[in-house]
Amino acid sequence: MNEHQQTLFEFMRQQSDKLAVQTLQHIGLTFISLFIAVLIGLPLGIYITRKKQISGFVLGVAGVLQTIPSIALLGFMIPVLGIGAKPAIVALLLYALLPIIRNTFTGITGVDESVKEAAFAMGMSRWQVLFKVELPLAMPVILAGIRTATVINVGVATLASYIAAGGLGEFIFGGISLNNTNMILAGAIPAALLAIIFDFLLSRVQRLNFKKVRKVVIAAPVIIILLSTLYFIPSAYGSKLTAGFTPEFMGRQDGNLGLQSKYGLKIHTIVINDAVMYKAAQEKQLDVISGYSTDGRLKAFDLVVLNDDKKIFPPYYAAPIVREDALKKFPLLEKTLNLLAGTITDSVMTALNYKIDYLHQTPERVAKDFLTENNLWKPAKNGHDGTVRIGSKIFGEQYILASMYMMLIKGYTNYDVATKTGLGGTKICFDALTNNQIDLYPEYTGTGLLAILQPSAATINTLHGDKDSTYNYVKNEFKKRYDIKWLQPIGFNNAYALMMRQQQAKKLNIKTISDLKRYLESK
Amino acid sequence: MIKAEHLIKTFGQTTAVNNISFEVNEGENLVLLGTSGCGKTTTLKMLNRLIEPDSGTITINGNNINAQLPEDLRRGIGYVLQNNGLFPHYTVEENISVVPNLLKWDKKRTRERVIELLKKLHLSDNYLTAYPNELSGGQQQRIGLARALVANPPVLLMDEPFGALDNVTRSKIHQEFKALDELKRKTIIMVTHDVQEAFELGDRIALMDKGKIVQMGTPSDLLFNPINGFVSNFLQDQRLQLEFRAIRLTDLWEHLPGGGKTTSKSSLPAETDVWTTLEGFKFHNGESMSVLHQQKNELKTITFGQLMAAFSEHKTQQPHE
Ligand SMILES: Nc1ncnc2c1ncn2[C@@H]1O[C@H](COP(=O)(O)OP(=O)(O)OP(=O)(O)O)[C@@H](O)[C@H]1O
Ligand SMILES: [Mg+2]
Repeated sequence: MNEHQQTLFEFMRQQSDKLAVQTLQHIGLTFISLFIAVLIGLPLGIYITRKKQISGFVLGVAGVLQTIPSIALLGFMIPVLGIGAKPAIVALLLYALLPIIRNTFTGITGVDESVKEAAFAMGMSRWQVLFKVELPLAMPVILAGIRTATVINVGVATLASYIAAGGLGEFIFGGISLNNTNMILAGAIPAALLAIIFDFLLSRVQRLNFKKVRKVVIAAPVIIILLSTLYFIPSAYGSKLTAGFTPEFMGRQDGNLGLQSKYGLKIHTIVINDAVMYKAAQEKQLDVISGYSTDGRLKAFDLVVLNDDKKIFPPYYAAPIVREDALKKFPLLEKTLNLLAGTITDSVMTALNYKIDYLHQTPERVAKDFLTENNLWKPAKNGHDGTVRIGSKIFGEQYILASMYMMLIKGYTNYDVATKTGLGGTKICFDALTNNQIDLYPEYTGTGLLAILQPSAATINTLHGDKDSTYNYVKNEFKKRYDIKWLQPIGFNNAYALMMRQQQAKKLNIKTISDLKRYLESK
Repeated sequence: MIKAEHLIKTFGQTTAVNNISFEVNEGENLVLLGTSGCGKTTTLKMLNRLIEPDSGTITINGNNINAQLPEDLRRGIGYVLQNNGLFPHYTVEENISVVPNLLKWDKKRTRERVIELLKKLHLSDNYLTAYPNELSGGQQQRIGLARALVANPPVLLMDEPFGALDNVTRSKIHQEFKALDELKRKTIIMVTHDVQEAFELGDRIALMDKGKIVQMGTPSDLLFNPINGFVSNFLQDQRLQLEFRAIRLTDLWEHLPGGGKTTSKSSLPAETDVWTTLEGFKFHNGESMSVLHQQKNELKTITFGQLMAAFSEHKTQQPHE
């Protein structure tokens, strides 16, 4: 996307609108959820000091909530709350709950018994003891809890972009998938700054003496509510159909940018993570999504690929890419990896992915079944002639391919294998390869071209979106620039594709992207 | 004025208070004395309903304390805690003003009263804005006392009010305590495990053991008419000192030599106890001191030797011992 090497500052200035919106959304998300968490956590924390029998249970539940991985928690939310602000806020609030409840509880139970007794002895009622004695004395501890919760929230709020709730995560995750360091930093630096600033401010509040804390505690809800309003919930309406695109797709010439320039497609778009996008489409939260043509969920969720009639999506043929030094170190490696060349077609790959995504079979099992059916499987030799390190990106297809390569290497050679699967996006995987942390991983020609090499538009045009010329171009350039070799393509083309629910597409009579544009423009 | 009848309180297996009854007259200072864990604090807390007894009744001025809301009852009873229990987040002024604020006094009245009390307790106004942790133990103790006295309650409950102080500070505060006019009219129930303190400050003493009152009476009752071995053993260690405290010059009057020279110095009242008289010799440069027996309208001048001789003569005439 960048023709010349842009500086971070240039990027931030160019994207200042987006940056401002994302930052405000980020602050808003953090504080809306914090506010609700305080509203729930504080009374709950007080309540369990009065009902000690249930305190263990409540703290236990809050503790368990906190250990749920954020992505999983966001995933659970979608069927119940859909996508967008609501599930993000709920998820954030669940994370913020534990420190608030726990610190309220410890703060209040930590108040000196004799001071409490004095309060009763002076003739204070239960409520007066709570508000005049227990809460003020517990306040530093409670504030420490709120401080922890705030910092957690600033961090977790980056994940809100996974479910179309905005925030600085849009830049961070967009940047990771686009291999755009400036974009990552443009999101990560403000997010880190927010965490540091809020942490610092709250630490100051914590250290104030009791008098001033009283004033701050009164001002706090006002401040929190003001900060919360920074988050204007991204509306899910305003267009006949809603599209959900991954951050990666949003920033790519062969993605949303191409849809806009080549097709002139104008559709209300929200940014969403790949992991939840298909589900959201099935749940009718989204109508059009960006996906991959071999994705198993196409089959699982009854989606249909729209024909790319203007050919904006370049070919994405998969092939293993390997460090040249690894090929020298392991002479049998190339031949072994090439056993898979040409064996897997688009439909086969979709079927394999379907087994993972929908039938929930393990990648190992799917890989072994496939190899066995194609008479490629051999039992492992358990050799010890060095260890080949295989990487993979964080989705099913890559897991399957990594498993197949592992089985082939173990069965046909005396090398041992170590796998480093689930390496985030292209950037993480490719950096691991160039930094000699892995020896190989499966890559796609289109990704190599557009995300890694990033040639000028003129160069891209000379390739005409052609399968072979693209493959040859990346092969040569990778060899020249990185000393990395593209082995023979595996066979399938996992290109970008726009997809819709089969039923809806049929009803609206949309078969191609141009049909979609026409429908959107019709009154 | 305060009447407790058949109070019983158990905590699980332990019977903290086991059928206690006592009466305290208006303006009297009753001391609950006993070893640790004998139920003193529990007894005291039942009087302002910090602890509800399992059975038994308590009346103040003939009114059952259960007839009132506990909050209202407590606002009318001063309470000094075992370890002062000041509010660490309140300044001295706010600490003392707690009860007036609960009673919704106007600000000016509260402030004047706080300043008045500080003066009486020999604390400077500068402390008004200090926090408790900025004060010495003795000062904290006084603030605790001021907090209990501020609304001028007729009844004052004190749980080892001077327990945490060193001996020097304690005897100083004892002097002030006795001199404080605020306390003269009050009905006070004070808990202590310090025999000296009980004898110095108590009009009557209730000696407790294992949740029961073993003997209740004036200091000299306990000292000279102990009802059993427990009582005499309890006082044994400090017997001589206690006798010095319990016996007054009026008790020795007949054994003191009459006449003598009148010194120019002012005279001691004959109600003074022996201990205080002995202390007087310490600070008094002369060999002798004058003592005035107001009722008999007699003035005697005595030396240290004469005082000791009178004391031992008095002792030999005591029935017990
Ligand atoms: N809240 C309570 N729960 C259980 N047991 C209690 C409680 N309060 C007092 N006790 C028990 O009751 C008995 C009397 O306690 P109390 O506090 O009245 O003693 P005390 O005479 O004031 O002792 P001290 O001089 O150490 O303060 C003790 O055995 C104590 O352990
Ligand atoms: Mg006690």
